[in-house]
This record gives sequence, structure tokens and C-alpha cells, in this order.
Amino acid sequence: MPEPILSRNFSKKNAHTLGVYIQGGGYEALKKALTEMKPEQIIQEVDKSGLKGRGGAGFPVGKKWSFIPKEAPKPKYLVINADEGEPGTYKDRPIMECDPHAVVEGAIITCFAVGIHWAGIYVRGEYVKSIERLEGAINEAYAKGYLGKNILETGFDLDMVVHRGAGAYICGEETGLLESFEGKKGQPRMKPPFPAIVGLFQGPTVINNVESIAAIPHIVKNGGEWFNGLGAPGIGGGVKLFPVSGHVKKPGVYELPMGTPLREIIYKHAGGIRGDKKLKAVIPGGASAPVLKPEEIDVPMEYANLAKIGSMMGSGAVIVMDEDTDLVKTLRVLMCFYAHESCGKCTPCREGTGWMAKIIKRIEKGEGESADLDTIVSIANGIRGRTLCPLGDAAVGPALSFVTKFRQEFEDYIKVGAG
Amino acid sequence: MAVAFSEKTKERFKAILAKYPEKGAALLPAMWLAQKEFSVITPEVEEYVAKLLGVPLVRVHEVLTFYTMYAAKPLGKYHLQLCTNISCTLLGAEDILEHLKDKLQIGAGETTPDKKFTLSTVECLGYCGTAPVLQVNDDFHENLTTKKVDELLAKLK
Ligand SMILES: Cc1cc2nc3c(=O)[nH]c(=O)nc-3n(C[C@H](O)[C@H](O)[C@H](O)COP(=O)(O)O)c2cc1C
Ligand code: SF4
Ligand code: FES
Repeated sequence: MPEPILSRNFSKKNAHTLGVYIQGGGYEALKKALTEMKPEQIIQEVDKSGLKGRGGAGFPVGKKWSFIPKEAPKPKYLVINADEGEPGTYKDRPIMECDPHAVVEGAIITCFAVGIHWAGIYVRGEYVKSIERLEGAINEAYAKGYLGKNILETGFDLDMVVHRGAGAYICGEETGLLESFEGKKGQPRMKPPFPAIVGLFQGPTVINNVESIAAIPHIVKNGGEWFNGLGAPGIGGGVKLFPVSGHVKKPGVYELPMGTPLREIIYKHAGGIRGDKKLKAVIPGGASAPVLKPEEIDVPMEYANLAKIGSMMGSGAVIVMDEDTDLVKTLRVLMCFYAHESCGKCTPCREGTGWMAKIIKRIEKGEGESADLDTIVSIANGIRGRTLCPLGDAAVGPALSFVTKFRQEFEDYIKVGAG
Repeated sequence: MAVAFSEKTKERFKAILAKYPEKGAALLPAMWLAQKEFSVITPEVEEYVAKLLGVPLVRVHEVLTFYTMYAAKPLGKYHLQLCTNISCTLLGAEDILEHLKDKLQIGAGETTPDKKFTLSTVECLGYCGTAPVLQVNDDFHENLTTKKVDELLAKLK
């Protein structure tokens, strides 16, 4: 097993404190970045690293930073997305709880590279321990002169704030998050303008996921090529945290090369299916990723490879379902989730998610009608591509994939009711 | 009786305000302070917060109703929030819910007559690897079984 990178502090005692973090080589990257590198060089290294956004959309991080205008009439901002609400996803929490300084160090380097002097991290309201740990790390960093005025005597200034969310999945969507940060209800904004041009408080804004930011110090310290080389051969893109849940023997957060086959994650790292049962279905990238059948799990866990088979990498959260899983019930859970979390701003998503939830509930109760499955498909197609933000499409993914890939099970349910 | 923050909370609020480039951005943190101080965000508290920040009352009301974690109604001493999303349901969250309803003799969204427990079902809490999970106020109880629920309830005085 190679040395863990992103998860190296997950089981180390007191790694959340500045002293232990520094002993482990912490803040060396900060010194290198601020005293030996030019901002453009940092962006180049991040480009070379092949790091893609770990929040779900997988956009190349270096490229995103390069969209920020050098000169802007308004101040620029960094917003770190720690809303972690995609069902199945629990990888950012251990970073914040066990390695909060990695987030702080990554944030400082990012801000230096892009010319930003104010950074905020938006943490979901339930993550009280993450908030405490981040606030502790930020206070320590201020006291040590890593935050505040004239950082490391370089003349670079940066302030950093922890912002607590209050319960709404949609605030994880980047423009919903900006609204919420500004003290409003978290309804997404129309794009364009993109946040890189008009973001927080109308200023150009970089928005990155916690895991993306926590990778930055490692990339700066060891070089972009090094990080890229940690990915699977021919795939690259570094390592990633894969949170595995559901019917596996050893659920957990596994740090593995980008491009690790899904089969290996389930059977080798997570120990296989509980009770040595058969695999029935697996969602590879958080609730919004279309479901896969057992014959599809040799796919390398990587953005393009998953897209090729009609699913997506999303947050990399692997949700495993064994042969006894009731897929009608499982889809009902997902559809009720989207219906509940739809912010209501656009009609196809607001109405469509509600209708799909209603129909699945009816099927589950044994009151389904033979036309129901086609109706779900037609509603889903009516939502797809017609909404303001990607939540609408996120609901379509599971709906279409469940009812088409496992159509027989849904039809049996309609004919004879549950089991 | 007009509501107002205690002196200590006023200080905390001032410190929070100083951290944000724009005043209105302190609305969510101000609501958190208010919830801590008054437990319930009543219409009077909404007015107070609106005035503090110089934002329209309707914006405070929108925030109160949009987010699920602010309390417009009183909650029990212990707020039991059970995740019923996918990973927790795969590992038996529904049985835990039935058990809780049975033990507490209330439904989801209700509070026991003695005001001790409020039971809610919630979406994914970010503890999917140790499902099923129940949040009790700020604490998380993982890998739940009905037996563990019984032990937990017995401990909550
Ligand atoms: C409905 C919805 C929920 C999202 N939730 C999250 C989230 O909890 N955390 C996150 O980092 N990104 C989330 N995203 C993705 C963000 O919009 C954004 O792409 C991401 O934060 C960018 O950071 P990255 O490029 O580093 O991944 C969500 C997107 C949508 C549409
Ligand atoms: S797609 Fe859904 S969540 Fe997104 S803006 Fe429209 S209604 Fe809101
Ligand atoms: S699904 Fe229950 S904690 Fe994530």
C-alpha cells in the first residue's frame, strides 16, 4: 500500500493541532508557495496535477482558477464548499475533523495563487465538530502569522471565516451556496454570469470542494507531475477519497488512485458483500449518479470512464446494494429526497420531482399501474436539461437508471405488489 | 416584553459582524445566536434580528422557513433526528424509526407531551459509513440497533 496522502492524518492523534500538523511537514508547502513560487507557477503545478474538482462536477481545478480575472473592480473571494450533503458522501468530514490545517493551508495557497484576500468555508450546520476544528485551526494559524496581515513577511494578507449552514441540500450547489453565504435562502442563481466573474458579494469567486483544497499543499510540496502520477496508469489525476457505504463488510473512506476499478473498491478494500451475498446494484458517485449493474463494475473509477457507461463520478461515494435490496423502496427514498430538497425555483424540477416521488410511493404500496414506468421516464425526460441548476438532472439520473436497468423488478411490483 | 440579546451575545454578534465584508451576510450566524439564546425563533425574535442587521423582515422569515435547522416552534429537550436516506435505509433505518415511534408513542415531527423528546426524520447526515445514524442534539449515534436505541433513551434524562 502506498503512503496515504489525503487521509494520512485520519488516525493520527491530535493531528488537528498546529504542533502535530507542523511536525508532519505541515505548512512547508505554504512557505514554498509564498517565498519561492510565483502565483502563475502555482496555478501551473495544479494544472499539471490533473486535479479535478472533488465536489461532484469534476472541473479541472487549475483551469477554474485561471478563469478569475487578474484585475477586477470588486474584491475576489475564495469559497470552500463543505456542505457535504450528497447522500452516501462522508469524506470531507474526516478531513475537517482530523486534518483541518490541510484545509487552511490549501486555502492560503489558493488565495495567494489567485490574488484573493478573503476566504470563507461554508460548513453544513450539522457538522459541529468540523466547525470547531476549523475554527481552532484558523485561530492557531492567525496566532502563528499564517493568516492575517503580512503573512510570512511577504506582504500577502488573508482573512478566513467559517460560515455555518442551516440544513438545505441545495446550498451545496455553488450558486445556492453563494446566496446562503450572503444571508439569503439558498436558491441557485442563473448562470451566466459564472461565479468566476460575478460571485460572492458580486466579486469574482473561486468555489472549491474541501477535498480539492486539501490536496493543494501536497501538490505544491511535491509537484503537479508527482500528484498526477499517483492516479492509475494511463488515467492519472492523483488520489481520491472514496466513501463506501451500504451492504459491504467494511464500509469506510478509502484513499485510492483515481481510476481504481469499482470492483476492487467493493471486493478488496471494502471487504466484499456482507454475508457473502450477491451484488445487485451499486451507485458509484453519490445518490445523483445513475445506478450500475453487477456486470458494469469493472469500470475504472474516474470521470470519463464513468461517463462513458452513462453514470458519473460525482463525489466518488460508492453505495452498495446486495441481492435482497428492495429497489423500489430504494428509489422511493431517493425520489422523496429530491422532491424534499428541490428549492422550488423552477417548475420542471419542483413539480417533476414531486410527481416521480408520488408515483414510486404508489408502486411501493402495491397500487401501481402499468403505465407508471413510462410516465416516470417521460417526466424524467421532461426535467432533463430544462432546469436552472443541476439538481433537476441529479434526480433524473437515479430515476431513469433504476426503472430502465431494473425494469422487471418494478413491473413485478406493479403486478403483484411487494415481494 | 421586547426581546434582546444578552450583553455577552451582543459582543459575540459584534465580533461576527466584523468578520464579514457585508452586514447582511451575518444573517445566518445571527440566527444561530438567536436560536441559542431564545431556543425558538418567534416572530418577535425575527423582528429583532431584522433590525439588528438592517434587513427586511421578510428576508429573515424566508431564511427561517427555508432552512431545516432553525426552530420556529419549540422542540423537546432532546431532538432525535434519524437519517432515513439511502445508506441508512439500506441498513435498517426504517426499523429504527418504527422502534422509536413505538417507544416514544409519537410520530415523526412530533414532541412527547412531557416535552422531553422531539422525533424527526432527516436527510443524509454524512455518517453513511456507520449507518444507521441518529443525531441527538449535537451528538451522533452510529451503527444503531434497536438495543442501542433502548440504551440511549434510558440514558437521556
Ligand atoms: C444539488 C447540488 C449539490 C451539491 N452539493 C455539493 C456539496 O455538498 N459539496 C461540494 O463540494 N459540491 C457540491 N456540489 C457541486 C458544487 O456545485 C460545485 O461544483 C463544487 O463545489 C465545486 O468545487 P470543486 O470544483 O472543487 O468540486 C453540488 C452540486 C449540486 C448541483
Ligand atoms: S433545478 Fe430544482 S433545485 Fe435547482 S433551481 Fe430549479 S427548482 Fe431549484
Ligand atoms: S444516508 Fe444516512 S448518514 Fe448518509
